[in-house]
Amino acid sequence: MKKGPVKIDKQDAVISIRGLYKSFDTVDVLMGMDLDLYKGENVVVLGRSGSGKSVLIKLIAGLLKPDKGTVKVTGEEVCQLNIKELEHLRLKIGFLYQDSALYDSMTVKENLEFPLVRNKRNLTRKEVDDEINKVLDNVGLSEVINQMPAELSGGQKKRIGIARTLILQPEIMLYDEPTAGLDPITCGDVIALINDVQQKYKTSSVIITHDLTCAKYTGDRIALIVDGKFRREGSFEEVFTTGDPEAKNFYDYNFIIDK
Amino acid sequence: MIYTVLLTDIMHVCRFIARFFSEVFRPPYEFREIAKQCYNIGYRSLTLVSLTGFITGIVFTKQSRPSLAAFGATSWLPGLISIALVRALAPLITSLIVAGKVGSNIGAELGSMKVTEQIEAMEVSATNPFKFLVVSRVLATTFMNPMLMLYMAFIGLVGAYVNVHMSEDTSFVAFFQHGFTSISFLDVFASVIKSMVYGFSIGIIGCYQGFNAEKGTQGVGKAANQAVVISMFLIFIEEMIIVQIVNQLRPS
Repeated sequence: MKKGPVKIDKQDAVISIRGLYKSFDTVDVLMGMDLDLYKGENVVVLGRSGSGKSVLIKLIAGLLKPDKGTVKVTGEEVCQLNIKELEHLRLKIGFLYQDSALYDSMTVKENLEFPLVRNKRNLTRKEVDDEINKVLDNVGLSEVINQMPAELSGGQKKRIGIARTLILQPEIMLYDEPTAGLDPITCGDVIALINDVQQKYKTSSVIITHDLTCAKYTGDRIALIVDGKFRREGSFEEVFTTGDPEAKNFYDYNFIIDK
Repeated sequence: MIYTVLLTDIMHVCRFIARFFSEVFRPPYEFREIAKQCYNIGYRSLTLVSLTGFITGIVFTKQSRPSLAAFGATSWLPGLISIALVRALAPLITSLIVAGKVGSNIGAELGSMKVTEQIEAMEVSATNPFKFLVVSRVLATTFMNPMLMLYMAFIGLVGAYVNVHMSEDTSFVAFFQHGFTSISFLDVFASVIKSMVYGFSIGIIGCYQGFNAEKGTQGVGKAANQAVVISMFLIFIEEMIIVQIVNQLRPS
């Protein structure tokens, strides 16, 4: 499960968040958040349920608008873009939903074809099929190509969800709880796949999780959210050896297997 | 308070309709999805529409016969039934069936896609969910509803003929000739147009409810239910307005 060496360009921030605030009705979720994601890097955002982790990546993808602050993705300020520009920016972003959000009335093949044929209209039928086979091969699930999402296991759904995002060859991956609801062995497979994607596709990723095993083995950097702000940032060891009570709490309630 | 909520809802629906018209003519077009929805909405409703149309024809003829027989005017039956079916019964009954069957289906399908984040997933993969899901379905209901209406009117007349034939020795051709001479081009044209209006209402309300569903499975149920109730209510309001307009156009 250990990661291979990755090349991180600390001069090139693909995502840059400054002073981000977001609230829903009377509930303040994000309260002045700052974060940089560098090219080639996996940043794991850890936090308790309801701490605003998913809100953060939805703000990055332009699915929500911030109350205050800026989110820049590859230099473009997300909330200033019009629909066309946002669609263009989203081609650079892959988003894996917690429940995979596969289109349940389509087969696996149609799920993968859907974004591809709509964004690369000049591809021939053979090129589309080749792309689908390649990406399914990369996630190790070529055999389920004609199955419906309802026929897949939780782990398979996550892999197909990842495949659907990879088919557009994004520069940035946003993973929302990639290991939630999976057994430990399947968790390990998904973690290996996330690292594999980083290596093969040279992606930079924000990984939202509360699973410390996932955080430890996928993150080049960990950022811990407490009360709508990042409390600690650094390597896994740096974050969890500071004696911070929230970090300690988090650590104590997770079962870490050191491999 | 209730008026504010109602006004806000109407404003949101108007914005939704405006978005439909801004997207419908703009490429790329989802021809495959439109064809698929036409098949689902049109072809798959045929059995229900056939059965209802046939029964409507039989029942209406059976109910009308005694009144006409009292004046010795049973020969007017084909004309009377044709007028009733083409002008009012076929557009109304077909649209109510489509609202119940298709409207609820659209509301539930899109509602379930909304609460399971499938619509958002389309958006984030740089595709336009509105064009794929809403435009295709609204176009399909708008164009399939008049086709189903015409089909239902025909099947209703066949049902009426069967009932007439059981009491009198009338030929199929004579029955239909008499029936068709009683209706004008305006009758058929007005019915086609109003069926398109009803179909549009069914599609847009179903999609709006589904697209704005929230609060999990409860929200999906509510979206399906609201899609049927509101579109049925709208159909009656529209019927009332269109009848007034057509009557103004009809030569006295």
